[in-house]
Amino acid sequence: MEMLASLLPAGVATHAPVLIVVVPLIAAALAAFMPKGVWAWGVAVATSVIVAVLAFGLLGQVGVHGVVSYEVGGWAPPHGIEIRLDSLNVPILLLLGVLGVLSLIYALPSVADEVSKKQQSLFYSAFLVCFSGLIGVTVAGDAFNVFVFLEISSIATYTIIAMGVGKDRRALTASYNYLVLGTIGATFFVIGVGFLYMATGTLNMADMAAVLEQQGHNRVTQAAFAFIVVGLGLKAAMFPLHVWLPNAYAFAPNFVTAFLASTATKVAFYALVRFVFSIFHPDVAFVSMSFTWLFAVVGVIAMMVASVQAVFQTDARRLLAYSSVAQVGYMMLGLGMGTAAGLSAGLLHLMNHALMKGALFMALGAFALNFGVRQVKDLAGLGKTMPASAMAFTVAGLSLVGVPLTVGFTSKWYLVSAALDRGWWWAVAALMISSLLALAYVARLLAAIWMENPPSHHGEVAQRRLAPWMMVVPMVTLAAANVYFFFHADPLVGLARAAAEAVMGGR
Amino acid sequence: MVEMLLERFNYIPIIILMMTGLYVVIATGNLVKRLVGLSLFQTSVFLLYITIGKVFGGQPPILAEGHGDEGGHGADAGYAGAEAAVAHAAEGHETPATDGHEAADAHGATDAHGDAGMDAGHAADAVADHGADHASDAAHGAADAAGHAAEVLYSNPLPHVLILTAIVVGVATLAVGLALVVRIREAYGTIEDDELNAADYSVETGGSV
Amino acid sequence: MSPHLILRIVSKLLIPLIVVFGFYVHFHGDFGPGGGFQAGVIIAVAVILYALIFGMDEARRAVPPIVVRYGAALGVLIFVGTGILTMFMNGAGEPLNFLDYDALHPDQSHHSGQHYGILLVELGVLCTVTSVMLAIFYAFAGRVPDIKDEDW
Repeated sequence: MEMLASLLPAGVATHAPVLIVVVPLIAAALAAFMPKGVWAWGVAVATSVIVAVLAFGLLGQVGVHGVVSYEVGGWAPPHGIEIRLDSLNVPILLLLGVLGVLSLIYALPSVADEVSKKQQSLFYSAFLVCFSGLIGVTVAGDAFNVFVFLEISSIATYTIIAMGVGKDRRALTASYNYLVLGTIGATFFVIGVGFLYMATGTLNMADMAAVLEQQGHNRVTQAAFAFIVVGLGLKAAMFPLHVWLPNAYAFAPNFVTAFLASTATKVAFYALVRFVFSIFHPDVAFVSMSFTWLFAVVGVIAMMVASVQAVFQTDARRLLAYSSVAQVGYMMLGLGMGTAAGLSAGLLHLMNHALMKGALFMALGAFALNFGVRQVKDLAGLGKTMPASAMAFTVAGLSLVGVPLTVGFTSKWYLVSAALDRGWWWAVAALMISSLLALAYVARLLAAIWMENPPSHHGEVAQRRLAPWMMVVPMVTLAAANVYFFFHADPLVGLARAAAEAVMGGR
Repeated sequence: MVEMLLERFNYIPIIILMMTGLYVVIATGNLVKRLVGLSLFQTSVFLLYITIGKVFGGQPPILAEGHGDEGGHGADAGYAGAEAAVAHAAEGHETPATDGHEAADAHGATDAHGDAGMDAGHAADAVADHGADHASDAAHGAADAAGHAAEVLYSNPLPHVLILTAIVVGVATLAVGLALVVRIREAYGTIEDDELNAADYSVETGGSV
Repeated sequence: MSPHLILRIVSKLLIPLIVVFGFYVHFHGDFGPGGGFQAGVIIAVAVILYALIFGMDEARRAVPPIVVRYGAALGVLIFVGTGILTMFMNGAGEPLNFLDYDALHPDQSHHSGQHYGILLVELGVLCTVTSVMLAIFYAFAGRVPDIKDEDW
C-alpha cells in the first residue's frame, strides 16, 4: 500500500481526489476540439490511463490513511463540497479506471465501424463526460453532488446509446425509454435527498449520518429512504425497475455496451450501498427490515425471472443484458443479507461481474464487427472462424455460470457461505437454480459457437477472419483475469472485505 | 385533519403536480407529451425544494446594501462580518460583531472561509426544520450575528442554488429527449408509442413494415 | 424592399442592446442577482432573434455551428482551467485546493481573489451556456427548411 501511495508525485497526490474527476472533464472539452475521431480517441485513452494511475495512487492513500477527504475550493465540510474516499469507493474507482482503459483500447476499431466519421470526436467527448460523471458519483462526499454527477453521466449515456442508430434504429427508442425512466429515477432520488435535507439540515453524507444517528429516525427519513432506494434502484437496474436495460444494452454501440455493462450499474449499486449502509444504518429497524423483505426478495426474484427471460432471447446481446439483470440480483441478495460477509460477497461479485461482462460484450462486438452477428443463431461456427475471440467468450461465459477455476465460482462461493452463515437455505437453493439457468443460456451460446459449422453463402464457407488485435487484447486480458483472480483471489477479496468493513464497522 | 392539511398547504399543489406529471408519463403514448409530463414531474420537485428554503419573515437572500465602505468593498465587509459571525457562533457568544476584521482575527475564526449566505442559510434551515436542534444554539448565534451585519433575516438560499442546478439538469434532459424524438420521427415516421412498438415488432418477427 | 422592414430594423437596433444587457447581467452577478448562466441565455437570445428575423442561413453565417461547438468546449476549459490555476497560484504561499479562488489575488484579508475567481468561472459558464443554447436551437430549427419570405 505504501508503494502505491508513493506512486504519484507529491503535488499530484494531494490533488488526486479532485483531479480524477477533473481530468476526464478537461479531456471531454479537448476531445470536442479534435477534428479527427482518432485524435479524440487518443485523448480518451490518455485520460483513462491517467484515471487508472490516479485510482491506484488513491488506493494506496486510502490504504495508508483510511479516509481521504478533499475540500473543494478550500471550504470545509459540512458546508463546503467534500470529496471523500474510503475503502468502499476506491475499489469502484479502480474498476472504472481499469475497465476504462481496456474498453477504450477496444473502442477504436469498433467505433470506427459503428459511428460515422463526423460524429466520432463528439462521441468520444460524450463518452468522457459520462466517464467523468461516473467517477464523480463515486467520489462525491455530499448527497446533492451524487445527483448532479449521476445526471451528468446519465445524460451523456443517453446520447452515446442513441449513437447505435447507425446499425439499428431501435437504439433511438431504447435510448428514449432509458431517458424517461432514468429521469424518473433521478427525480425520485432527488426527492429523497430533499427529505433528508429537511430532516438533517445538511447535505454532506458523513454529516447526515452523524445527525441521523444523534436525532434518530422519523417518518420523513423513512420516506427519504423509500425514495432513494427506488431512485437508485432504477439506475442500478434492481429487478422490477430494470426494463430500460435490455434494449439499451442490446442496441447501443458495442463499445458502449461493454463499458456500461461493466461499470454504470455498478456505480449506481455503490451509491445505493453508500446510502443504505453509511447514511441510514443497518441497525435501524426499517432499514434492516428492508434488507430481508426488499433487497433479498427482489434479488432472488431477479436471479430467477431474468435468467429465465435470458434463456428465451434470440438476440445475443439482449440475452446477456437479461443476464446482467440477474447478476444485479446476486448483488442485491448479498446486500440484503445485511452482514459484512454478505455485503463483501456482493461487492466481490460486482467486481467479478465487471470482468465477465466486459469480456463477453467485447467478444460479441468483435463478432458483430467481422460477421455482423446479432442473433444467437448467427454465432454458428465462430469457434472456427474467430478462435481467439471465441475462446475469450467461452472463458468469460463459464465464469458467468460459476464454473470452478473462474472468478464466477469464487464470488458465488462467498455468496453461498454468507447465506449459510445467515441460515438462509432458500437463498442457497435460489443461487443453485439460477446458476443452472445461467448454464442453460450460456450453453446455448457456446453450443452455437463450437458445435455448429460456419454458415456458407452460395456454397462458400465463411473463412477464418481474426478480429483486430486492439479488440482481442482487451478481451483476452479480461478473460485471463477471470481465471487469474480465481487462483489469486486475495486482492479482490481483500478489497471487497475492506469495503464492507468500512461501512459496517463505522459505528 | 383540515388543520393538519392547512398547516402543510404548500405540499398540496406539489403533490398534485407530481402525480399529474407521473400520470402523464405513464398514460400517454405520445413521446412529446411524455416529456411534458416528465418536466411537470421535475418541476414539482423544484417547488418542493423551494418551499423548504422559506423562512417566515425572511428576506430574499441578497446581501443588503450600505454595509462597508463603498461599492466593491461592501461585499468584503460582508465576508468579514460573516466570519466574525461564525467565530462567535462557534464559541457560543451572543455579542454582535462590531468590527468584522478584528473580531475575525481575534477569535481565530474556526472556518477561515465563513460565507454569509451559506452559514446564515445553514443556520436558518436548522431553525426552520422539524425540531432539528442540530447545533441550534450555534445556529441562532450565527443567524443573529449575520442578521446584524445586514439587519435582516434571510431565507435559506441553499435550496435555491440546488434547484438552479437541478433546473439545468432538467433542461439538458429535456433537450436530449426532444432531440431523440426528432430522430425517432425521422427514422420511424411516427412518435406514437404503439406504432413504434408495432414497427419494432414486425422487424423482430421478420415481417415487412 | 424587404417585406419585414420594421421587424428587421427594430431587431437590428435591439440585438446589440440585448448583448450589452447580457454582459451587464454577467458582471452584475458579482453584487446581486445575475451571473453567467442568465447572461449566457440572454446573449443566446440575441442570436436566436437574429435567426428568427433574418433566417437560419444568415444566423449560421454570423455564428457558425463549429463556433458553437468549440464555444461549448471552451467554456468548460475556462471553468476547469480556473480550478487548475488555483492549484498552482499559491496566493498566500500555502498550497490551496481546486477552485480556491483566494489563490488568484495576494490580498488575502479582503478575499479579492474571490471576485476574480467567480468572474472567471462565470465567464466559462456564460461561454458554455450561450453555445449550448444555440446548439439546441440550431439542432431543432435546422431540421426543417426555412419558411420562405413569400410564404409568411
